[in-house]
Amino acid sequence: MIRYALARLTLLVLGLFVASVLIFVTLRLLPGDVAQMIGGTSATPAQIAAISERLGLDRPWPVQYAEWIGGLFRGDLGRSLVTGTPVADELARKAQVTFPLGALSLLIALLISIPLGVLSAMRRGHASGTALGVGAQALAAVPVVWAGMMLVVVFAVWLGWLPAQGFPRSGWSDPGTALRALLLPAITIGVVEGAMLLRFVRSATLQAVGQDYVRTAAAKGLTRTQALLRHGLPNVGLSVITVLGLQVAGIVVGAVVIEQLFALPGIGRMLVADVGARDLPKVQGELLVLTAFVLVIGFVVDLVHRAIDPRQREAA
Amino acid sequence: MSARRADRRPGWCRRLWATPTGRFGVIVVALVLLTAAVSLVWTPFDPQRTDVPNRWAGPGWPNVLGTDATGRDIASLLMAGARTTVVVAVGAGLVATLLGLALAALGALTTRFVREAVAVLVDILIAFPVLLIAMMIAAVWGGSLWVVIWSVGIGFGVNVARVTRPELRRVLHSDFVLAGRASGLGTGRNLIVHLLPNVAPVFIVQLSWGMAVAVLAEAGLSYLGFGAPVTQPSWGVLLAQLQQYLTAHPLSVVWPGLAIAVTVLGLNLLGDGLRDATDPTLSRRRGEARVHVPEVVA
Repeated sequence: MIRYALARLTLLVLGLFVASVLIFVTLRLLPGDVAQMIGGTSATPAQIAAISERLGLDRPWPVQYAEWIGGLFRGDLGRSLVTGTPVADELARKAQVTFPLGALSLLIALLISIPLGVLSAMRRGHASGTALGVGAQALAAVPVVWAGMMLVVVFAVWLGWLPAQGFPRSGWSDPGTALRALLLPAITIGVVEGAMLLRFVRSATLQAVGQDYVRTAAAKGLTRTQALLRHGLPNVGLSVITVLGLQVAGIVVGAVVIEQLFALPGIGRMLVADVGARDLPKVQGELLVLTAFVLVIGFVVDLVHRAIDPRQREAA
Repeated sequence: MSARRADRRPGWCRRLWATPTGRFGVIVVALVLLTAAVSLVWTPFDPQRTDVPNRWAGPGWPNVLGTDATGRDIASLLMAGARTTVVVAVGAGLVATLLGLALAALGALTTRFVREAVAVLVDILIAFPVLLIAMMIAAVWGGSLWVVIWSVGIGFGVNVARVTRPELRRVLHSDFVLAGRASGLGTGRNLIVHLLPNVAPVFIVQLSWGMAVAVLAEAGLSYLGFGAPVTQPSWGVLLAQLQQYLTAHPLSVVWPGLAIAVTVLGLNLLGDGLRDATDPTLSRRRGEARVHVPEVVA
């Protein structure tokens, strides 16, 4: 286990390094001069040189990269080109929206997919099982943003149960209102993610049904359902853990689009705005944080899976 | 004559057509291609012609799916938008093919050091969400269809490489490749004559799923303003434009979303069907057990 953890940790560190280099280099491929872009067309060469120097753009790339990474370890992600505010502060503030949104989405996805996935596998061959399978397949093909629009029409416009857009200015000081604002966006991401997860749970359950230990348990007198629930489900759970990393990546990406649709002041909406404004130091910091988050979750998921799956432990 | 010709169809074609889902996939993809082709010469109305007095017409005649805020015919816009979808899917597919095959070949046919390095690189890159790649590209070069094509092409090329590489290595050690080498085929020719046809099934399946991702990504990125320019008919752009009138005219938003969802479903099912039809070692039960979990892109 320790050897595996170390090997996996090496891969994570390598991944973070490759990610940081890719982001750093790509954002410096900008055709033209960043300082020129900030200064505008009316800036004199002296002003542009001053901007260049202030941002450290006149130094060689490796030096700039080392400074950027050095800053990361001090919790300094750089400053916005437009407003001059530290990127880390703004990220921390926006995470108060995005993080609960992501957690709520994941919860909804799991609550939908696990019971319905197992059910659709156990009802295989019946109309209800087929309907669940087809429904999940169809729902997984829906663009998240469109799913959000349809839910807004039904729950905000027609029924008026939930707000269509926005997040309370007071933030989490009024938890009820804040949670209500996040509910519809989280349902949108959760339903689409859940549909994909449902198909996975269904196939993992079907696989478990065919295993010898489930058949043995059934032979010893348990009903098929009992055998599956008692002996098959732990294995289904393990399979679900393996795709959890992918799900979290999906939720991060979903949040970028959905925060835009629901006008939520989160990290995703901030990224979209900064990409639009070409605020490169900010985009650089945000992309690294989001990518690092996805990579670290993948790392944790792999370790947890390794730790709780007895077959994997023995193989080590 | 026709019966004999039908018999000569490769087995996997028949197997693909034999399943309802595979047939659905083939028909949907064919319809989208046909619509895109027809829209080049004919659409019910000029898709960009505005007709303000006739704005927000409901579905009926002559505007089958109604009109938008400036009186443009939604059905015509959707037909013309199919072209953008095809361009994006094919473009992303080409990039993914070239990148994926290059990485797979590097990871399977070169020296041990390069092979391992490529394997690790692929393992790392696979974790990058397509949308974040797209944002990175858009931040530098601005929004356009190229953002979609490159981000999905790169993101999926890595997937293609991961699946194709072991397959390539497996085939590499098979007898017929050895025989080819023994009878004097060079590495390059051996690759084309023996290796590629044998890894093609695995690779085409990935491509089909990758194109589904491309269609979704076009919708999402165009919605965020980093995809197709607003002047170009595209399902994603139409979705974004109609969204502004969501509360007053919810029905109109249904159509572009439906077009995207059905196309993506068709491509996903085509991929599933191809996988089951081309894998000779696949028994029916194992087919149930293997499901691909696509990435949420948009």
